[in-house]
Amino acid sequence: MKFFRILPLTMFAMAAGSLSAGELTIATVNNGHMIEMQKLTGNFEEANPGITVNWVTLEEGVLRQRVTTDITTKGGQFDVMTIGMYEAPIWGSRGWLEELTFDASYDVDDILPAMRGGLSSDGKLYAAPFYGESSMIMYRKDLVEAAGMSMPDNPTWGHIQDVAAAITNKDEGVYGVCLRGKPGWGDNMAFITTMANSFGARWFDENWMPQLDSAAWHHTIDFYINLLNNYGPPGSSGNSFNEILALFNEGKCGMWIDATIAASFISDPGQSKVADQVAFAQSPVAVTNRGANWLWAWALAVPAGTKQADDAKKFIEWATSKEYIELVAATNGWGSVPTGTRQSTYDNANFQNAAVFADAELKAILSANPSNSTQDPTPYTGVQFAAIPEFQAIGIAVGQQMSAALAGDISVQEALANAQEAADREMSKAGYY
Amino acid sequence: MGLSVKQKHLLRVILSWFAGIIMFFPIFWVVLTSFKTELQAISVPPLLFFEPTLENFILVQERSDYFTYAINSVITSFGATLLALLIAVPGAYAMAFWPSRFTKDILLWMLSTKMLPAVGVLMPIYLLVQKAGLLDTRTALVIIFAMINLPIIVWMLFSYFKEVPREILESARMDGATTIEEITRVLLPLTKGGILSTALLSIVLCWNEAFWSINLTASDAGTLTALVASYSSPEGLFWAKLSAVSTLACAPIVVFGWFCQKQLVQGLTFGAVK
Repeated sequence: MKFFRILPLTMFAMAAGSLSAGELTIATVNNGHMIEMQKLTGNFEEANPGITVNWVTLEEGVLRQRVTTDITTKGGQFDVMTIGMYEAPIWGSRGWLEELTFDASYDVDDILPAMRGGLSSDGKLYAAPFYGESSMIMYRKDLVEAAGMSMPDNPTWGHIQDVAAAITNKDEGVYGVCLRGKPGWGDNMAFITTMANSFGARWFDENWMPQLDSAAWHHTIDFYINLLNNYGPPGSSGNSFNEILALFNEGKCGMWIDATIAASFISDPGQSKVADQVAFAQSPVAVTNRGANWLWAWALAVPAGTKQADDAKKFIEWATSKEYIELVAATNGWGSVPTGTRQSTYDNANFQNAAVFADAELKAILSANPSNSTQDPTPYTGVQFAAIPEFQAIGIAVGQQMSAALAGDISVQEALANAQEAADREMSKAGYY
Repeated sequence: MGLSVKQKHLLRVILSWFAGIIMFFPIFWVVLTSFKTELQAISVPPLLFFEPTLENFILVQERSDYFTYAINSVITSFGATLLALLIAVPGAYAMAFWPSRFTKDILLWMLSTKMLPAVGVLMPIYLLVQKAGLLDTRTALVIIFAMINLPIIVWMLFSYFKEVPREILESARMDGATTIEEITRVLLPLTKGGILSTALLSIVLCWNEAFWSINLTASDAGTLTALVASYSSPEGLFWAKLSAVSTLACAPIVVFGWFCQKQLVQGLTFGAVK
């Protein structure tokens, strides 16, 4: 019977351990820059006695679900959240995030305008970019040169197809072009949307009517599927960033159009067998150069429900400052600093020397304009997404159709008809028309 | 022409080995990959022979406090199993020895709760845990793990208890034993093999539970499954590191299972042959 008396006490003891004042809980994703920030947190704690930082690292999909649940139920589990450019303006405008204001020493004007704009709503900054990215072409210059081809800085999709045809050597296991095919609004649809923008397509017209059955979308998807079927690796419908990174680093891809962050991985001899053969160019264009390359940032935000907003803002100020970037450089070298956020990083000669991709990355980021990313007018902002709450569900549904078409399970016609129906249903249900 | 006894035996041995290898191969590959560099881990064709490295294990320990997660796994697995047994033993006893006309329905209903996908009740459970102030606590996991394994534990105990002749309990009762004494002094000693194997199975199921651990914990109560999930990366190679952390997460329960396999098999076959 003694046990029954002990049990409640034991359970109470196990329950104890809730966070005390001065402890910040930060939810983040697992990637190199974030892990580095965790390692350097001691510097922040030293400079701010009384504040300790607890990290919760989550898989990207789980992170989105957890922070959404936490913020909508006012769970208060997290004091700082890692969110993307999609969530920041939506959540900010709903009052779910604290507005971020910094003193002059932070130099908010140094943050790249595209990043600042993408993380703001009604002129208020709701998340500070920790690292940012666009998309660009990463290619094997040895293969392109050997095939007697060249790669201009702003190629067309037609040229990409010609180069892919010239460098594909299936017998040797080398594929001309590797592109995302795995379904997901942040997977295949991020890439396909930039391609569609460039082919003159758009997600919605000015009245929020989905446009997925338009001729421009048909041209885009036809081109995309033909390109991958003829010159892409087998099983492309299951490939996303990491799968293609593995292929590229193994020397199996001639060209890859994806996040600029990949440049640091594929040009690192410790990770890539072709590190000394990579070169970069801007994303290909078709009928317009608007929206041809995406814009994304992983940013730090403070949920409105936190009781430690001041400490949380202090942490964000530290983690997204110029001084933090210099700290990373002093610790690991300029090649390891988080990029895509501050102009001062790109102006730094040491960084320019260490990062062979610096110019191409900056050019891509600066050319992305979330407010004007399609040939025809639209009511939404966002390059590779439409910044409305319904987009996530629509993007997933459409991504599944595109992936199925790529796998050959359904025709392009069917895929786009199904996609249009799914988008129409979702928008109608949400009361857009 | 039929197979001889010797040939049949040989065939059974070959099939058993084949099935064993198929089941063991993923674990073998994870362990092997944990000793590779990230570049070796993605190598095509896959490398079977390579110069092993411990860098992934060092990195995991540097980046994450493995022992905190391991202790949380131990506490939640054993705590939940204990709590579930405390509820299941009297429940199974009542249903085995004092059945009513609804007993079978109750058993089936309990089992049917296992048919509901966990994500279907995520929001209500999350809100309940939040309102109770138990988010990111081991108590929440102990209660939830106990509840989700309760149907299986009740079913197993019910089967074991049914094997005990009712007359033995009746004679204990005639000798003046109370219900508690009847259970603790007669029933439990007679079925300890079955109870032990049930407990072992419950511990393994709790240890491997990921969904609730990932969704209800943050920095304090995360178990090893939450740690493993945190090593998946959206941008960057992670197979070798993920394999290392998976190996570290599996190791304790594999060793535990290895030591307890005799009791486990004994308990699971309890009453199978009369």
